[in-house]
Amino acid sequence: MSLDLLAFAPVLGLITQPVSVAHYLVVGAIMFVCGIVCMAMKRNALGVLMGIELVLNGANVNFVAFASPYLQGEGSRSLGLDGQVIALFVILLAAAEAAVALAITLNFYNNHATVDVDRADDLKG
Amino acid sequence: MPGIATFADAFLAAPLPLAAINWHSFFFLLFAFLACGFAVAVVAAENVVRMALYLVLSLGATAGLFFLAGAEFVGAMQLMIYVGGTLVLLVFGVMLTAQAPFVSIKGSGRDKVVAGVVGAVLLAVLLQAALSVKAWRAPAAGVVADPAATPIGMALVGVRVDAPGVGAPSRNVRPGYLLPFEIVSIHLLVVLVGAAYLARAKRRKTPRAIEVAASVEPPASVAEHAAIGRERSRGGSVLAGGR
Amino acid sequence: MADFLINTVGLPAWLAWTVAAVVAAVLILHVIAGGALVFIWAERKIAGRIQDRLGPTRTGGKFGWLQSLADGIKLLAKEDLMPDGADGLLFRIAPYVSFCASFCAFICLPFAFDVVGQRLNVGVFFVIAVLGLEVFGVILAGYASASKWSLFGAMREAAQVVSYEVPLGMCVVVPVMLAGSMDLVTIAEKQAGWFTNWFLFHDPFTFVVFWIYVTCAVASVNRAPFDLAEAESELVAGFHTEYSGLRWSFFFMAEYGSMFLVSALAALLFMGGWNGPIPVATLVGLSEGTGDTAHYLVRLIGLANLLGKATLGVLVMMWIRWTLPRLRIDQVMTTCLKYCTPLAAAMFLGAMLWQIALPGGLVPVLHRPAAEIREGWLQGPGGAVRAGDAVSTGKPVATKVAKVEP
Repeated sequence: MSLDLLAFAPVLGLITQPVSVAHYLVVGAIMFVCGIVCMAMKRNALGVLMGIELVLNGANVNFVAFASPYLQGEGSRSLGLDGQVIALFVILLAAAEAAVALAITLNFYNNHATVDVDRADDLKG
Repeated sequence: MPGIATFADAFLAAPLPLAAINWHSFFFLLFAFLACGFAVAVVAAENVVRMALYLVLSLGATAGLFFLAGAEFVGAMQLMIYVGGTLVLLVFGVMLTAQAPFVSIKGSGRDKVVAGVVGAVLLAVLLQAALSVKAWRAPAAGVVADPAATPIGMALVGVRVDAPGVGAPSRNVRPGYLLPFEIVSIHLLVVLVGAAYLARAKRRKTPRAIEVAASVEPPASVAEHAAIGRERSRGGSVLAGGR
Repeated sequence: MADFLINTVGLPAWLAWTVAAVVAAVLILHVIAGGALVFIWAERKIAGRIQDRLGPTRTGGKFGWLQSLADGIKLLAKEDLMPDGADGLLFRIAPYVSFCASFCAFICLPFAFDVVGQRLNVGVFFVIAVLGLEVFGVILAGYASASKWSLFGAMREAAQVVSYEVPLGMCVVVPVMLAGSMDLVTIAEKQAGWFTNWFLFHDPFTFVVFWIYVTCAVASVNRAPFDLAEAESELVAGFHTEYSGLRWSFFFMAEYGSMFLVSALAALLFMGGWNGPIPVATLVGLSEGTGDTAHYLVRLIGLANLLGKATLGVLVMMWIRWTLPRLRIDQVMTTCLKYCTPLAAAMFLGAMLWQIALPGGLVPVLHRPAAEIREGWLQGPGGAVRAGDAVSTGKPVATKVAKVEP
């Protein structure tokens, strides 16, 4: 019985101990890397756009983690309001960029009858 | 109430995790697994409509993470603008371009391997950076006030209520965000006009490539293609209502 | 409730919070489910009366009380169909996405003073944000049904809901501006007293904004006259054509839940929420404080008030549905973008100027406390303190202690 508990101790620790900034940074890192891989791997232009959204979200998770007073206590070491406002601006700019990217993609689709980015080689030397 | 007392005692005597679940950590783990899991699902999925669904769920879980970290306004903003606006736009785009050949475009194997290696290396670097700072590993004690949206609103019109002071912006005197707020407002207006212009219906003398493609083969959705394929193989008429 | 469980019953803290959360969630779920049951019966009766007939009169007595139950049993017993070409995962998940979005918004909806699932400081914002997520269920349902008509209906409905979020947001900002907070409890609490305190009667601009809100809310939940996406005469049944049985009933629970939600939101934002037109509790002498036992009765009166107002809103929506003809999709979009949005923006400007020019209102005896919250922040000690609480309710400002783990 004790051996089983010891084996699961790190996982159990995650549920009983409070989370801190490092946990949030890990989540942000995973989302960021997923976004990078998605941007690099997908041939569908909308897939690439989804990768961009994931990247921006990973960065936002980082900002909010640094801004949180619960994770670092007392607010003296956390970014506080600045981190949250930066995250807000990132969300706004991501929305603007997604709108333009979609307009470009739809234009590309109307002109070439495909959303495959590998076919966008008209300017290739 | 002796019955309840022994019940509570039984719980307290249970194995360690049951005795003191930190609900904040539990929900953090739940939202974190959802966010990361669906992010990985976005990468792994081939069907672009399912990718969009997984992205919606991943970003929704991220909003939950924001609420847990005490950034309630940012979390609500994430839900409204990112999930409710940007992703609806994305899903519209997916629907408009989800004609049969484009729903599942497979990438080449070589691309996947290179992307995977680069991603793994980047993840290792980021994780090492995230776990290396001791100060980030343990939350300190302290009295924390409830999160509120008023300081954010005040900061966006230039008044910092969390770190007020006079003088030049420095470590202790933090500036307001009035100028970036105005810039972003104009930026959004320009983007709105630009996107509407880019996506306008244009009058053309020669048909567009998409119309040429459409005249060759009637546009059909993925499902109809699948249904037609099944009909041909089965010899029955799916579209006419046979089950 | 968690404090009661910890102190009186003696449960450990983590278990007490779990029990409190589960009880709250089950209660809210019963509001939606029970509400849907009542509203389906009410809709059929109202539809019947408006069309000069009786409606259900056989199941369960003279008035057909058990008709909703009979409908529910019929839906449970129906065959579970899925079209051949449908995307299985998306087809199955769509009703639950829609229902979850509708249900999540009830989390921060207060039913009486401090009787709320989770008191969020950004309550109104959260509700509006989550209402906009219902559209994903609709789009998934339309796409996954493998039918052109479902897809058309879904796209139209998505375009309509997303477009109407803009004037809806602007209409909602006006009471937020008048109250000085996005917290739904605070907004409704500022309208305590006689019905003249209601934001509806605060200034003519807010009065007009209320009617724009009603229009946008009806369009947001896709009720007639804005229900083109479900129009039987055009698209069979729109996005839920291929759904039958229990899956279909989830869409309708989501729709009735959303109707109740926007009505309750209108009551909270404009019509005083749980404060009745006549402050019975204050006249009788009961107090609202949490210390004494009479506050349970006050909460009960408040709950009855809010449920009554929300139900009235739903009944008015049903009345409108069976009276007015349906709008075409281009008329729907025209109403939103050419009429509702500029009008809402102009009314917002007017309400703002009214606040600046006549802060005491036309009749200066009325209470105008919105500026107190902002002033409290400016004069505060520099920490993030919820001055709104201290100023308006007299309760001590809540603080949290971060967990100490060496």
